[in-house]
Amino acid sequence: MKTIELSTPKRDLIILVVFSIIVLIAPLWGSLIGAGYPDLLQRFAIFGLFAVGYNILFGLTGYLSFGHAAFLGVGSYVTVWSFKLLTMNALPAIAFSVVFSGLFALVIGFICLRRTGIYFSILTLAFAQMSYNLAYSVLTPITQGETGLFVLNDDPRVIDGALGIVSAENPLASLFGITLDGYEGFYFCAVILILGFWLSLKIFRSPFGMKLVAIKTNQTRMEYTGFNHRPYLLAAFVISGMYAGLAGGLLAVVDPIAGAERMQWTASGEVVLMTILGGLGTMFGPIIGAVTIKYMENIFSGINDTLLASWFEFLPESITNLIVTIVSPFVGSGWHLTLGLMFMMIMIFLPGGMLEGAQKINAKIFNKNKPEQLEKDGVA
Amino acid sequence: MSAEQSNIVLDITGVNKSFGGLQALSDINLQIEEGKTHAIIGPNGAGKSTLLNTCIGLLKADSGRIDFEGNDLTKGYLPHDINQMGISRVFQTPQIFPDLSILQNVMIPAFARRDGSFKMNIFKALRDEKEIAEEALHFLEDLGMVDGHSDRAGSLSRGNKRRLELAMCLIQHPKLLLLDEPTAGMARHDTNQTIELLMKIKERGMTKVIIEHDMHVVFSLADKISVLAQGAIIAEGHPDEIKGHPKVREAYLGSAEV
Amino acid sequence: MLGAFVAVSVEKVLTIGNKVRDESVTFFEAYKEVPYLEIWFGDTGAAIIDWSVPLSILVAIPFMLAVGIAMERGLIKHFYKREHADQILVTFGLAIVIGEIIKANFGANAIPQGAPDIVAGSANVGSLIGLDGIVYPWWRMIYLAFSLTIIGGVFAFLHMTTFGMVVRAGMHDREMVGLLGINIEKRFTIVFGLAAVVAGIAGVMYTPILPPDYNMGMEFLVLSFVVVVVGGMGSLGGAVAAGFLLGILQSFASLTAIKALLPGIDQVILYLVAVAILLFRPRGLLGKD
Repeated sequence: MKTIELSTPKRDLIILVVFSIIVLIAPLWGSLIGAGYPDLLQRFAIFGLFAVGYNILFGLTGYLSFGHAAFLGVGSYVTVWSFKLLTMNALPAIAFSVVFSGLFALVIGFICLRRTGIYFSILTLAFAQMSYNLAYSVLTPITQGETGLFVLNDDPRVIDGALGIVSAENPLASLFGITLDGYEGFYFCAVILILGFWLSLKIFRSPFGMKLVAIKTNQTRMEYTGFNHRPYLLAAFVISGMYAGLAGGLLAVVDPIAGAERMQWTASGEVVLMTILGGLGTMFGPIIGAVTIKYMENIFSGINDTLLASWFEFLPESITNLIVTIVSPFVGSGWHLTLGLMFMMIMIFLPGGMLEGAQKINAKIFNKNKPEQLEKDGVA
Repeated sequence: MSAEQSNIVLDITGVNKSFGGLQALSDINLQIEEGKTHAIIGPNGAGKSTLLNTCIGLLKADSGRIDFEGNDLTKGYLPHDINQMGISRVFQTPQIFPDLSILQNVMIPAFARRDGSFKMNIFKALRDEKEIAEEALHFLEDLGMVDGHSDRAGSLSRGNKRRLELAMCLIQHPKLLLLDEPTAGMARHDTNQTIELLMKIKERGMTKVIIEHDMHVVFSLADKISVLAQGAIIAEGHPDEIKGHPKVREAYLGSAEV
Repeated sequence: MLGAFVAVSVEKVLTIGNKVRDESVTFFEAYKEVPYLEIWFGDTGAAIIDWSVPLSILVAIPFMLAVGIAMERGLIKHFYKREHADQILVTFGLAIVIGEIIKANFGANAIPQGAPDIVAGSANVGSLIGLDGIVYPWWRMIYLAFSLTIIGGVFAFLHMTTFGMVVRAGMHDREMVGLLGINIEKRFTIVFGLAAVVAGIAGVMYTPILPPDYNMGMEFLVLSFVVVVVGGMGSLGGAVAAGFLLGILQSFASLTAIKALLPGIDQVILYLVAVAILLFRPRGLLGKD
């Protein structure tokens, strides 16, 4: 478990700058690993943002929510409606998605936080499921249910109309004239990711953040020390919900549609995995986890039997077939299986995620950690 | 009203509490005077914990009043409200924040005192809260814990955790300090250390209510003792009065070591 | 209409079956995949044999026992000392894995499985109470009787046997029971296995009513928890009562007349009740803690 470090402003600034640079040159290092194209990079940024927000709830307070996919969905729907009713400009759209998902999170959080532990978790799942069902069936006027919500040519777009802006056929989101697809779309998401990261850094270094960890560590003590834990937990929930809504909004910005499937529990599960895989409760863990998962998803989903077979062509046919049979359930549409297995492996062997793994390797190689040092770092 | 009469900080009148058929507290009348250390003793099952929990808001008394700072604590206040009114509590097993550093542990109660039960202080970084940090260090120094203040609190020995907990209570300048069997399960050495600590605090005039089993602790510290047995107060007075009291001996069946 | 009443309350009883297990041991998400594991077993049994569903129970019992015990010994045992969140997460991962394996083997679509012909029809229940013409499927009535038996059995086991008593004590204070020299580990394993069996059998019997698909465990899990939240934690009677109450409410809300007034109410009525309970009576109807 990590303790909150009382770090220096200089160190934080360096962290922020280095992070920003890495993000902004992503197309470069992305191409090196075959991930340089905009679609995937956008997903890196968006899910990175989602995970950063999620980490504020799960990482700091320890409350496990399975319902954040609902906020993702709300964000997307709100954004698309903004595109339809007001303007194709992305800024109002995502502003609305943050507001609405925040309100939604306030309601859901208030109800679910009446319980703790697994009951809280399942309740969040229940309400997410409910939202999904509603979106699918009852609220079809708003969500178009199964078909999904699209931006149409003849949508009102009141503000655009007033400003005399005419959209092209199949309109795309724009930022004051710059169309947000391709790399422009990525950079829009990247900037927002950086801002989101900066905010989470602030939270981690703040008394508020410390109090959240205190609540996780010893809620009773917090109560008897004069703190009402409820508003704090609710605040953390709402904040993470807003991040999720923002991520959902961005998904609709780079591809102006919204569908109910985004609200399925599997999306919630995915963000949990990202956060844990990278390193729960750490600054960078969630982003690393998000990038890794999205990257692997991209690769694994694309592999099918024929491709597998072609890799092992040089081996005798019977062995090739054997390898293909063994490997194929784990790739292509079997990606979820691999994901589930990975999840279990991490939970069993390396619950601190990749960052913990890196720390251990670091310690072994440099062998600089004496027992007292380890205790100070909160590792032992 | 003689000039000698001190302020009553906690005024318990006519408190009753029963659980189903069991009368845990019957007609308890107790006054805690300002600046005094008031011990509540009694054999197991006498109702000490029940009494404490009624004061602290965990249990609702069936009848009676508990007056503190103009509030009736039987009204069902939540623990954090009661703390904000000015009561701090020490637990049987020291309750601290194991995953935070020692310094952070003491800073948290300071925040509670300064900011109340909820404040979203996000934008000012923790390291910029210099005043609170200094104050926290000051209290740690007082209790001899300044060295290694950025160590993880979970790695402290039990005796030191107790010390930390006391620092955490003191930094809030409570009007009343409740100690729930502070030396429970401690070895002699640790117990003596704790007594020393509590003596120090006593010298500052802090009002304390201490529930204890260990007679050595009680007689070293208490200004006044109330003896609880089977839910009722059977004796009350100065330590000397209590020492030889026949009813007390009877209640304990001779198991008291004085 | 009346039939609808009973129909859904039966459905709820199933969830109680699951829920009782959840509540009585420690709660693990793993339970959600147990029902459909079971149902698949029913399928592979043989669609040929008319009586495949009830027969599957016989196969199901040892199979689920084995699965349950393997799960507990192999995995969950190591997580008792870990935090709650970790426990939930690892079984969550397990659930995904099992779900995917099932999907890989049986395909992603629901596989309908019928009840044995002899009971496939409906009975003229109405005639029993003088209202002719009300029919109700045999199988659901059998299921109702079946579920009540199981619930009764579980209750008896937990409250009237020494074994059950020890387990309940262990749930409260595991360490203490261990210190008393009782091998609580073994008992937890056995209970877990039994729980798996119950959930499994419930799943098998439910096949004719709801065609199994690899996702169904999730729905039941959520339903089960909603039932417990409403009924109150730590109360078996509460869970049963809540199950019936919610079942009736659900079918009531499904009536066309009501639906016309409040569209979509049937989807959300359960959650609304849960919300109401959480806000106004967090303990649940009969909850203790």
